[in-house]
Amino acid sequence: MSDTATTTSAIEDALAAHAAAFSGSMQPKTQDGIPVVRVPRDQVIGFLVAARDDAKLRFRLLLDVTALDHYGQPRDRFDVVYHCYSFESRTRLRVKTSCPERDAVVPSAVPEFPTAGFLEREVFDMFGIRFDGNPDLRRILMPEDYEHFPLRKDFPLEGIEPEKVYRKHGGVMMPRATGAEPINGARSDTP
Amino acid sequence: MAFEGGEDGFAVTGPLDQLLAWARKNSLWPMPLGLSCCAIEMMSTIGPRFDISRFGAEVARFSPRQSDVMIVAGTLTWKMASVARRIYDQMPNPKYVISMGVCASSGGLYRNYAVVPGVDRLIPVDVYTMGCPPRPDTLLNALLTLQKKIDKGNTHASGNPRPAVVGLGG
Repeated sequence: MSDTATTTSAIEDALAAHAAAFSGSMQPKTQDGIPVVRVPRDQVIGFLVAARDDAKLRFRLLLDVTALDHYGQPRDRFDVVYHCYSFESRTRLRVKTSCPERDAVVPSAVPEFPTAGFLEREVFDMFGIRFDGNPDLRRILMPEDYEHFPLRKDFPLEGIEPEKVYRKHGGVMMPRATGAEPINGARSDTP
Repeated sequence: MAFEGGEDGFAVTGPLDQLLAWARKNSLWPMPLGLSCCAIEMMSTIGPRFDISRFGAEVARFSPRQSDVMIVAGTLTWKMASVARRIYDQMPNPKYVISMGVCASSGGLYRNYAVVPGVDRLIPVDVYTMGCPPRPDTLLNALLTLQKKIDKGNTHASGNPRPAVVGLGG
């Protein structure tokens, strides 16, 4: 183990080299010392593969795919965040990419990391970000015919009751709360 | 209703609806729809310590077609909502519903995108139960309340619903 163990600085150097090769950049590390790389979305899968296959890095395990909503900020609305883990150096890696609201599509990691399938489905379900190349991009947590994306910042905190479920069963919908404070100044009638 | 007869046997006489109610209320077969932690208390209620069979409701069937009372025990999510409604639809009439705990009764502490704010939005409820989760005593109280309602004809099944909210009783 020790002869292949790579020092933190060597890992960061290798990451910086790959980031530059995929037109990305190193970002400030997280508070617990995880290196953060930001790459453009058309390069992100290439970067993940490079970090996986580099003999010094070996970030072989894709731990998580998640997203951030920067609603109302003057920048691309969504960040998609990948977390990777290297068994060899026992270190983690965070990779960020972003996409605008009007074109919320990111290439899928499924062809290279099969485990990304469910993770991308969850991001799609909660944020409405599509993953180009995911072979089974359906909702995973909410009902199949749900029409909203609950973790978007302009989604009301108290939720929106699914009309289709009611229509199917003849239930009684709760009247929408009026005058409720919108979240973060967002409108409460999410399209 | 009256018991008539002597040592050789007896007969029960009375109006048919009362006789039916008498028969139904003392043999309620529960459909245990255990959705979350309330289900643990429900199992405890069915088990020997609290022993729901004292009230004739020990025959828990996981087939809605053999059940009389659906005990919705726990948090109903929107993903599960259609399934719960379908199970209710599959139960034969007359059928009754006990909403066990605050999640089933009102959504409880979950006021968000994922949870149905009360199963009565989709399923008619006869007895609501307080608690998070309710003690087995409360569920037994709900069962006894339902028995009284069946006796008096105050259920959704008999067309004159007067839902009750029960706690520990006393």
